[in-house]
Amino acid sequence: MASLRTEHVTMRFGGLTAVADLNLEIGPGEIVGLIGPNGAGKTTVFNVITGMNAPTEGRVFYGDGDITGRGRHEITQRGVARTFQNIRLFRELTVLENVLVGCHLQMDTGMFAATLHLPGYRRKDRAAREFAMELLREVQLESHASDPATSLPYGKQRRLEIVRALATRPSTLLLDEPAAGMNPQESVELMHFIRRIRDQFDLSILLIEHHMQLVMGICQRMYVLEYGRTIAHGDPATIQNDPKVIEAYLGVG
Amino acid sequence: MKLARTHLLSLAAVAVLAAFLFVADTWFDAFTIRVMNLSAIYIVLALSLNLVNGFTGLFSLGHAGFMAVGAYTCALLTMSPEQKEANFFLAPIVPWLAHVTIPFVPALIAGGLVAALLGVLIGAPVLRLKDDYLAIATLGFGEIIRVVLTNTQTITNGALGLKGLPEFASTAAVWACAALAVLFMVALTRSSYGRAMKAVRDDEIAAGAMGVNVFRVKVVSFAASSFMAGVGGALLGHLLTTIDPKMFTFMLTFNILLVVVLGGIGSITGSVVAAIVVTIFMELLRFLDGPLNLLVFQTEGRPGLRMVVFSILLMAVVLFRQRGLMGNREFSWSMLSRAGLLPKSEKGKHGLA
Repeated sequence: MASLRTEHVTMRFGGLTAVADLNLEIGPGEIVGLIGPNGAGKTTVFNVITGMNAPTEGRVFYGDGDITGRGRHEITQRGVARTFQNIRLFRELTVLENVLVGCHLQMDTGMFAATLHLPGYRRKDRAAREFAMELLREVQLESHASDPATSLPYGKQRRLEIVRALATRPSTLLLDEPAAGMNPQESVELMHFIRRIRDQFDLSILLIEHHMQLVMGICQRMYVLEYGRTIAHGDPATIQNDPKVIEAYLGVG
Repeated sequence: MKLARTHLLSLAAVAVLAAFLFVADTWFDAFTIRVMNLSAIYIVLALSLNLVNGFTGLFSLGHAGFMAVGAYTCALLTMSPEQKEANFFLAPIVPWLAHVTIPFVPALIAGGLVAALLGVLIGAPVLRLKDDYLAIATLGFGEIIRVVLTNTQTITNGALGLKGLPEFASTAAVWACAALAVLFMVALTRSSYGRAMKAVRDDEIAAGAMGVNVFRVKVVSFAASSFMAGVGGALLGHLLTTIDPKMFTFMLTFNILLVVVLGGIGSITGSVVAAIVVTIFMELLRFLDGPLNLLVFQTEGRPGLRMVVFSILLMAVVLFRQRGLMGNREFSWSMLSRAGLLPKSEKGKHGLA
């Protein structure tokens, strides 16, 4: 299992510094939180790590490799998968097909082998379908397997997105506000679910979340961003009592 | 091996279709056969455009260019040295092409391959663009190809075009190509590669994050589509037995786009049905271009009126049936059972064979 590390990562968009000098590290099996007020640059951090944006300065390391500025698919191939803040499912595909796209990576046999349904492809296809159904069962979505993905209610779409990311067999999972729009009951369930997949799939998890109870409940460590700068990091108890964090969140009277 | 009911139905349908074509080929008059075979070529072309536009979500408008390349390659490879000499009377043909004559099938494949190669060369830079920008860039490349063909006198015979192509595009040949194209598309869209293409269409960013090599999928799809366009163009050349650069203008791409949109972007069934319907109507409505007797008054010939009617038809589709005839659904036997046209089976889940 590999660890993810950023070194002095800075991301500027024109005159705006979205992320400044970020040094973040996630060890194997850890659940790490990334919190901060809206517009603090949390999603940009995800984008930089997963290759959506190449950082202006600094490097991103995964395991013993430098993944700075690599292609998105290449980073996923190395084992970093993510979900999106605004759900990005494949609209015209079914629930099962959405998960199968995640499996594509493991079974990339080339267009001709796939089109001709050669024996090697058939075997991989069968294995992928079984794995995908297993994952769907894990989140109680197996009865929806052949429904269009966008017909699912919001909460289930969120779960589907997580499962789709798991289908790429990652070792590090980045979750962008997984509890957004969930009621307290669902959030608690999600918390258990995140812990469960961490243990079951040997994952390390980086989590963006506004839902403080959730973050404090499951994260071993957390980083707090404000205007792109890291204003604090440490375990939940330290963060909770950090004056800078309290100021950033509540403002000073 | 036990065959499912749907497979038997599909086999039966293919057999009936083949028998019909065989009978038609001997009994129908030359004009009807010509229209019939033209439909088959339009099936190939519509599927090829649907592959990039409908399944991979790349709005490409340069199809006529790839068809031209396929048509010229195949024609130059199959024409006899005497034919070539008769055609190239302004400037002689380049010596390395003068005496090449190979059979139709390898020439057809060569036509497709050259078009595919060009597709990769053009696709590599152009596919970094999106939406309207991609449409304009491919449109431009399509025109560039045509201009190049017009000006390479010693290879393509320039604006004079090539005449007297051997009549290789028989009913069997064009319908075999159409059948292969349909088979290829069905198999491809059902495979994991086809799924990756649809994922790129639906959400490029998410597809990349799922480990799909977005750029490669786009280029492969573009190349495969160019291959089919090249083959379609070659068949068209050998059906009409004459080609010239003016044939391959944007109007040709537009006609195919019309078929794809009418049939349903992202539907193989839609493309096949629309290709046949549009080709037949293009001929049936030909009277519109001639003098019309409208009871009250008489018009003299208005060439182009046919296309006005087609444009109105396209507008009607866009207004009332945005997703075309079929949307992105496919034909399946269970669809007929559900409509009550076929007795229900205990399990009918497969689509077109």
